Amino acid sequence: MPEQKVVEPEHLLLEAPRERKFITGSQAFAEAVKRANVDIAIAYPITPQSETMHLVGDLYAQGYLKDYYRAEEEYGAMSAIAGAVRGGVRAFTATSGPGLLRGLEAIVSWPGHRIPAVLGVMTRVVNAPLSIQPDNVELAYLLHSGLIVLHAENQQDVFDFTLAGFPISEKVDVYLPVVVATEGFFVTHAKGYVELPPEDMKLPPRDPYKAPVPPTDCEIPPARIQRDAPVQKSNFMSYLIHAVWQQEIWAANERSRKWIKHFLGGLVEVVNPDAEVFIVASGCAAAQGREAQRYAELEGLNVGLVKVKSLRPFPTQELRDTLKNAKAVIVPEHNIVGWLAKEVKAAIPNSGIVVDGPRVYGGMTLPVELIMEEIYKAFGIKKEKKTLV
Amino acid sequence: MQEEKKVIVPGPAGYNPQPAAFLGVDLPPPGRALLYGEEVDEEVAMREAAKAMLTRKNPTIFPGPLVLWGWNAAAMEKAKAVLELAMEIPNCRIIPMPDYRPKYPKIDPEAEINPNHPNLTILHNKIEACIFVGVHCHYANLSLRMIRAGTNCFTIALCAEMGHEDAMVSLRDQHAEEIRKFKDVLVQVREELSIKWEPKLPPENPSLPKEDWTKVTPFDFGEYAALLMPRKGEVVEESE
Repeated sequence: MPEQKVVEPEHLLLEAPRERKFITGSQAFAEAVKRANVDIAIAYPITPQSETMHLVGDLYAQGYLKDYYRAEEEYGAMSAIAGAVRGGVRAFTATSGPGLLRGLEAIVSWPGHRIPAVLGVMTRVVNAPLSIQPDNVELAYLLHSGLIVLHAENQQDVFDFTLAGFPISEKVDVYLPVVVATEGFFVTHAKGYVELPPEDMKLPPRDPYKAPVPPTDCEIPPARIQRDAPVQKSNFMSYLIHAVWQQEIWAANERSRKWIKHFLGGLVEVVNPDAEVFIVASGCAAAQGREAQRYAELEGLNVGLVKVKSLRPFPTQELRDTLKNAKAVIVPEHNIVGWLAKEVKAAIPNSGIVVDGPRVYGGMTLPVELIMEEIYKAFGIKKEKKTLV
Repeated sequence: MQEEKKVIVPGPAGYNPQPAAFLGVDLPPPGRALLYGEEVDEEVAMREAAKAMLTRKNPTIFPGPLVLWGWNAAAMEKAKAVLELAMEIPNCRIIPMPDYRPKYPKIDPEAEINPNHPNLTILHNKIEACIFVGVHCHYANLSLRMIRAGTNCFTIALCAEMGHEDAMVSLRDQHAEEIRKFKDVLVQVREELSIKWEPKLPPENPSLPKEDWTKVTPFDFGEYAALLMPRKGEVVEESE
């Protein structure tokens, strides 16, 4: 490995020269970890996450990480991440679909225990019958637990979100775990162009004393709180402490907005802000939405795109501002429940303009034509359906 | 400041009020401060904080572990600065927040304050103005929120980091030098208000026994002794 010099996160993310590489999403995760001065990575393999953590294991072998091991299963992996981070180190892990759900009890305890870490989620079907294919219904489970949830559209986002995830997560006023989600296979196993800063630069090491909670001492909360806590008593005092504790997690989530804007340029990206009809999408669906917006523009239709980069905190105000004059909002998704459409409806005052879909799931791709059909409907354009025999 | 601009004011704010961060209060950038949830010049906030500590009943400073324990030279210097500040506030008391463990079966509210039930100390001592300093941000935020919810106390946060939205006055990046600057502002405001006061140490904490540090042994730490001195081969027969 090259000798790496420590640079400020702003330099590494926003100023350093970048070189274009053609790499997979899994490689993009690893390239970010390589530059993030990560101390330890712990994971349990599951498709489609395995390749990422294999590459991170290679980084350990090359000397980029101080420690790396395969846990016995996801509950253990996520609990070990919590322990390592409490002990003062910087940690990375990743999982997919059923693995995420298996580790969920430990993961959703991270925000309350103020665990700054980065968790890669390479989405995969969670329902029976068993499937390893991409489907992001699992992200719905992460939206109400206090974690910061970023959703990457492509390999470039995977790199940038993961690298930025560490400084965002470790800001004293935030101090929450950051999830970097992306679609399994569509992004993790496909190649795309990624602009990378030099590999001889890395983030400053984590400073565990710059924190809103004391580090390392497991005899005082938040570690101690688990076994000797007012929250386990049945009295008004214990309800009150839990209530304000929950408020603090979500207040910290709110505070992360300014850091997401600082490092990633905003919670959303807007294409054609004066459009009549908008596509609102996150993750891989945003890539297809981007293509649909381009097709529509070629056909002379005034269509815009809002790519939601941050699912938590959710860009409520940004959506209200952008969509205030929209006559229709199309929300394509890679899941059956339509969690993003629900979020968008809840965010804007005129939710009746939101089109539920198109949606694909179970591993299906999302053809641009499906989004175009909704765009034509929104403009009242009738298109003849061609039947190929 | 106009009344309608005051977002965060002394309570009681109610049964379960919204945190300031949900009400659109943002932490200020370096060099700025929060006053009633609005970003202002640091000196404006300092003057309002000084006025509260000089005119409201039972002003009290709550030093946390980052001031109370001599972790390093900076912590010790900061502790000195806090004591110098306390000496300039007429009839100021110091009630420590030495750790964050909940106190069962019952806290001694004259001896200490605790982030799990800070309102008990505020209410018992009828404290109407207080300063948090050296408390880790997470626990300061819990305390400030509960105090605003259930008491009429004017809260001031002297934060070493980025500050606290739920305090009526929040000053950021406060270390020994900045605390001494606040003390100077306070003395100036005190003179403007024609309050006569000769600097003197706050009263001894009435609930703490006299300590003779020349004779202290690990067993004086009671149930915590094992934490100081893990014993080889120790058999724990009862768990808590």
